[in-house]
Amino acid sequence: VNHRSLDVSGLPSYKFSHHSLMWWGLMGLIAIEGTAFALSVGMYFYLWSQAQQWPLAALPPDLRWGTLNLALVLASLYPNHWTKRVAEDGNEPAMRLGLVVCTLFGLAIIAVRALEFTTLNVRWDTDAYGSIVWLIIGLHTTHVVTDVYDTVVLALLFFFSGPLEGRRHVDVSENAMYWYFVVWSWLAIYAVIYLMPRLT
Amino acid sequence: MPSVMLASTALILDRLVSTHFFNPAEGGDALLWQHLFWFFGHPEVYFIFIPGLAFMSSIIPTFSRRPMYGYPAIVLSLTTTAFLSFGLWVHHMFATHIPDLGKSFFTAASMMIAIPTALQIFCWMTTMWKGRLDLRTPMLFVLAFFFILVLGGLTGIMVASVPLDLQLHDTYFVVAHLHYVLLGGAVFPLFGAWYYWFPKITGRLMGERLGRWQFWLFFIGFNVAFYPMHHLGLQGMPRRVYTYPQEMGWGSLNLVSTVGAVMIAASVLLFIANALRSLRTGMLAGENPWGAATLEWATASPPPAYNFERPPVVRARDPLWEPVSEPPSEPTQVTGLAERAREALVSTVLDAMPSHRLVFPHPSPWPFLSAVTVTLMFIGSIFTPWAIVWGGIPVTLAVTIWFWPKRRETLENLAVEKRP
Repeated sequence: VNHRSLDVSGLPSYKFSHHSLMWWGLMGLIAIEGTAFALSVGMYFYLWSQAQQWPLAALPPDLRWGTLNLALVLASLYPNHWTKRVAEDGNEPAMRLGLVVCTLFGLAIIAVRALEFTTLNVRWDTDAYGSIVWLIIGLHTTHVVTDVYDTVVLALLFFFSGPLEGRRHVDVSENAMYWYFVVWSWLAIYAVIYLMPRLT
Repeated sequence: MPSVMLASTALILDRLVSTHFFNPAEGGDALLWQHLFWFFGHPEVYFIFIPGLAFMSSIIPTFSRRPMYGYPAIVLSLTTTAFLSFGLWVHHMFATHIPDLGKSFFTAASMMIAIPTALQIFCWMTTMWKGRLDLRTPMLFVLAFFFILVLGGLTGIMVASVPLDLQLHDTYFVVAHLHYVLLGGAVFPLFGAWYYWFPKITGRLMGERLGRWQFWLFFIGFNVAFYPMHHLGLQGMPRRVYTYPQEMGWGSLNLVSTVGAVMIAASVLLFIANALRSLRTGMLAGENPWGAATLEWATASPPPAYNFERPPVVRARDPLWEPVSEPPSEPTQVTGLAERAREALVSTVLDAMPSHRLVFPHPSPWPFLSAVTVTLMFIGSIFTPWAIVWGGIPVTLAVTIWFWPKRRETLENLAVEKRP
């Protein structure tokens, strides 16, 4: 059989955003975890609909630490977005700086989250209200810790291991994308946990 | 999946750390479990079904000797089924105290599934009608799908309506319905797929005569075993109870069912014998024993680990049925991938245009070891919540080592790397 060839040797070894397999993997993760968040919020309102009053027998969580965390989380969008941009430009020194700043933001957010747990005004084993509040914030905390850990691993990689392949820049870019998910889901969860019980 | 994950997490938290999700005494609700379970469980039924539909869509064009009729309609139907499947879970809960308006909504949504399903079935029937049928064993299983799945679908429409469901809930009618749907939708196509792809996997065809015997034993045995259950259910025989009082008069129909089950068992034994015998003495298959159109039939049987020496360029949905001009006017194969690295071509999502060259990692035990650590963590979490804390450490270590780039591989990859 005669063959004519299509030469692909000139194509790049990696690409960003929806061209990369990393992006698709991450979108799959976000689809699954986003659904889990949505369903846990659904559980919250379902349990509320079965209750005489809500919260069942407690004050709503104190606003102080949760709101501070909301501010920190929103502020972290800026360094995160900056890191994503320099990753897509292939600027490795800037990526190192960005990963450090993002890690510091992440650690601060985890510290405030620890304080938040002390002012929820309910324990997980008090009643169903306590259970669902702890479940939702626990799920979100799992994602905060996971993404901060990812950022630390990437920072170590960029500081102490070289030379690096260019596709590690895609990893930095998608790590930032994962953080967007952590941020936007906190916005929704803050509204549900902190504001909804006060509005009614 | 997220739903069953969340439901199981809530359940194990109730058991291990005294949360109250499903405890009515402390504001929890037992029915919440059913909601979460069926929000997973009903889509799950369709996820079992979808590979079966894909087998159908592969086998029918091959044995009808023509491209699929209404391909876009079939794809859209599949997507519609997946979408609708998330809005029907309450039809498993018609016997609970859900408001009637809610039940009516879920009745309508459940009946709507008949629309995309029928669309697919009519597309397949048109493909066969307009084609030239070749009734080999895989095709027999496909034809049985139509008979059995349509019967299961019709009883599905029956139990989707609330008043009938209240009568039939938890009876053998439901057992009959779910076996007609799931065996018709998944198991018959799966057997067909075995006969269809066996030659590609092993290089030898399965015996055709034994295949026909197996098919007829299975088809008749299935109906003998499960059809009587419709009547048993209508007579009130409850499911999930292993026995029944003799004076109910359900004995003879149950005996018929048992005879059918024995026929099914014989058929499966025949299938195993056929597969084992064909492994050694089956007819040699060659590249494309069925004259099929899709890419797997363009390489040797069994295929080498690398599939193709050079990846073929694909321009059509049925690439092997496309006429090729001699000498070819368009490129037919891909060159320029690294010879000494595990490099693969990544193409764009919608148009499948060449996008970039991706190097895959060398073989490594770490994905497997990660899986082992995850398994240990979850098995431990059945007994103590601390398993998540302590078990999380090996999981984290294993996935980090899995990710951490190996220096030798990095240098190899850098040698062939091109930045965008």
